[in-house]
Amino acid sequence: MIEAIVNKIIPLSVVDGPGARSVVFLQGCNLACIYCHNPETQRVCNNCAKCVKICPNNALHKENGKVLWKKEICSECDACIKICPNFSSPRVAKMPAMAVFDQIQNNLPFISGITVSGGECMLAPFFLTDLFCLSKKSNLSSFIDTNGTIDFSLYPDLLSLTDGVMIDLKSWDNDTYHTVTRGSSLDNDTVKKNILFLLDAKKLYEIRIVCFPMMQPKNVVDALREFLGKKSLQARLKLIAFRNFGVRGDFARSPNTSPEEMQKLFDYCRDFFYEVKVV
Amino acid sequence: MNANDLIYDTITSKKLTYEQKLITLAKLAENSIDVLNIPPRTKHYFETGAINDLAEGHAPYRPRYIQADFGKFLKEGSKFLRLGPAKNLDQALTNLAIIYRHTPSITSFPVYVGQLDELLSPYVDGLTDDEIRYKLKLFLTYLDRTITDSFCHANIGPKATRIGYLILETQRELKNCVPNLTIKYDLKNTDEAFLKYAIETSLMCSNPAIANHIANQKPFGADYGICSCYNILPLSGGAYTLTRITLTELAKEAKSMDHFFNELLPECLKLIADYMNERIKFIVEKSNFFESSFLAAENFISKDRFLGMFGVTGLAEAVNFLLRDKNIKYGNSPQADELGIKIMDKITSIVAGFDALYSPLTGGKFVLHAQVGLDTDIGITSGVRIPVGDEPENFMDHLRHSAKFHHYFPAGVGDIFPIAQTAKNNSQALVDIVKGAFNLGVQYMSFYEQDADIVRITGYLVKRSEMEKYFKGETNLQDTVALGAPNYKASKLAERKVRLI
Repeated sequence: MIEAIVNKIIPLSVVDGPGARSVVFLQGCNLACIYCHNPETQRVCNNCAKCVKICPNNALHKENGKVLWKKEICSECDACIKICPNFSSPRVAKMPAMAVFDQIQNNLPFISGITVSGGECMLAPFFLTDLFCLSKKSNLSSFIDTNGTIDFSLYPDLLSLTDGVMIDLKSWDNDTYHTVTRGSSLDNDTVKKNILFLLDAKKLYEIRIVCFPMMQPKNVVDALREFLGKKSLQARLKLIAFRNFGVRGDFARSPNTSPEEMQKLFDYCRDFFYEVKVV
Repeated sequence: MNANDLIYDTITSKKLTYEQKLITLAKLAENSIDVLNIPPRTKHYFETGAINDLAEGHAPYRPRYIQADFGKFLKEGSKFLRLGPAKNLDQALTNLAIIYRHTPSITSFPVYVGQLDELLSPYVDGLTDDEIRYKLKLFLTYLDRTITDSFCHANIGPKATRIGYLILETQRELKNCVPNLTIKYDLKNTDEAFLKYAIETSLMCSNPAIANHIANQKPFGADYGICSCYNILPLSGGAYTLTRITLTELAKEAKSMDHFFNELLPECLKLIADYMNERIKFIVEKSNFFESSFLAAENFISKDRFLGMFGVTGLAEAVNFLLRDKNIKYGNSPQADELGIKIMDKITSIVAGFDALYSPLTGGKFVLHAQVGLDTDIGITSGVRIPVGDEPENFMDHLRHSAKFHHYFPAGVGDIFPIAQTAKNNSQALVDIVKGAFNLGVQYMSFYEQDADIVRITGYLVKRSEMEKYFKGETNLQDTVALGAPNYKASKLAERKVRLI
């Protein structure tokens, strides 16, 4: 079985898709968004070992050139994550889908599904296919939380096993996209293509927009509506207020989007889409 | 304090309403006579607190809880009350309001107002939703302001009905503490959308709680009701009495594990059984309740559908005390939970060996009930619950723990969970969790939103805003505020672990 680098598995979440779900966070992303809430999932560890020296519990050590983590003695104080210059974490495990699913099974019968997030989980499409095969057998629904930069039409097997996709729309124009994603070489066209493709395939669960003043969320909503035409009434939109919690770098101190601004945006677009939620 | 002083203090109290004084004075009069035979060892356990009769009074003259057949009453009317069969919704609601007034209980208020959706369904055809809502609002407001004790309970479900939805909708608007509401949820047959609507309602107004219909049918079949604080009892009947063993206090007397299991526990349980039989005997043979009540004369209740509830409480602290050298805690350690199970197994088998008087429905046996507590309980956690502060980190582990212990209590047991705001956006998650929990054997659970004004104390509902008034020394319409406020503080209920953050 194909292995993926797993950052963590949350046994029970109510904010990662419909119902009670277990959530798997994979390590590694192809973007580096300025408002990223878990920047420690962005890169795969390069074994620089800066974290090894500062771990107060000696839960980290370097062996054969690799940083290794002893979960049993880790206190999850996050010192390693805070010092990491590489936006990574040593607290990960390489796991095949079967091992991940073994852990998720402990959460039955309380959960109705699983969601894989990241990092960017679509960088591991074959791992996802393996995992979703297993969840299907246990009657669990399978959701993907993605930045939309990987073309879903290339993975029909995975899509047939997927019940819903939550996709980020970070901006509409490419210039803003590059700024938000901190100079990513990718552009926004694949994201847009995916939105339409998944909507037509009835696999699009929701489009998520992080409402950050710089990206002009109202303009993004307008552009999206125009892009989808009549189909916008089939799409669920989630407007997420920017919160600086967990954010690193220049935007760590940017003010949170106010509830009033969010309400204004909600009132503006509530009738354009199948459903609009604000969180 | 002697009886005369108590009477004088009651009469001159600033904190009690007229109605509350009247009920207190009646209790003082009842307690001025001694008609029950109470042996010295029973008195000893009363003094240590290991036995507690929840202040039922010295000379019981009505059963503790009554669940009258209000359906029969609406269909047939009542000679005694000079009421004919109800022909429309107005008559049904008025007739119910009348009969509630004449349905006693240990609190002097009705603890059960019926399966409201089933009772009212025959009368809603031809009425618009607006018309029904208006009438329901008047009716429910009347109940809240005149049944001034939140041990009063209404039931809905398991079938989703128009009136069931409208009752929930009205609750959302009124946000009342009375009646406490429970939805019976049948995993196989209840429409899931109805459960979801009920859960969303509970995140708005802390009502309803959710009962596992399949599990709760086991003791008395489908003809059961939920009254007071999660008491599962037969319809057309109820409970004569409830006396509890407070394991917390009993364990303190134990010289060893062996002493606890083989001497204290059997002795204390036997004395409780004898004591309850004394009470049952007095109600049935001496008080003439069944001879004087129109409820019995007109077959809205039947003597052979009453039983004695054997209460159990404070298991957690008893376990923690018995294992105090090991530094492990109930709810957090498999070994501690195992001891809890061993204690419950022992109680179950000992109680099954006692004969309960005048209890044909249960084959002459007492039925176990996880007693939820008293305002005076300090350091005693309700029933078999995990103490506040010791709850497992993982919500699912908490529910698995509940599932291990709920099955011991056919006459009712339940858990209460404050829920984080975030879950409001995903009520389906709570639907999934309830289904999972019920599948594992959880029998009863309830939620309230972490910042809600109405909170569940041990099972009944009290408004935080009313408790603040109580602490300022003001009078309160509902007597349960005075019970809930001290308990809320003493049991640190504000610190209950909030779930689904």
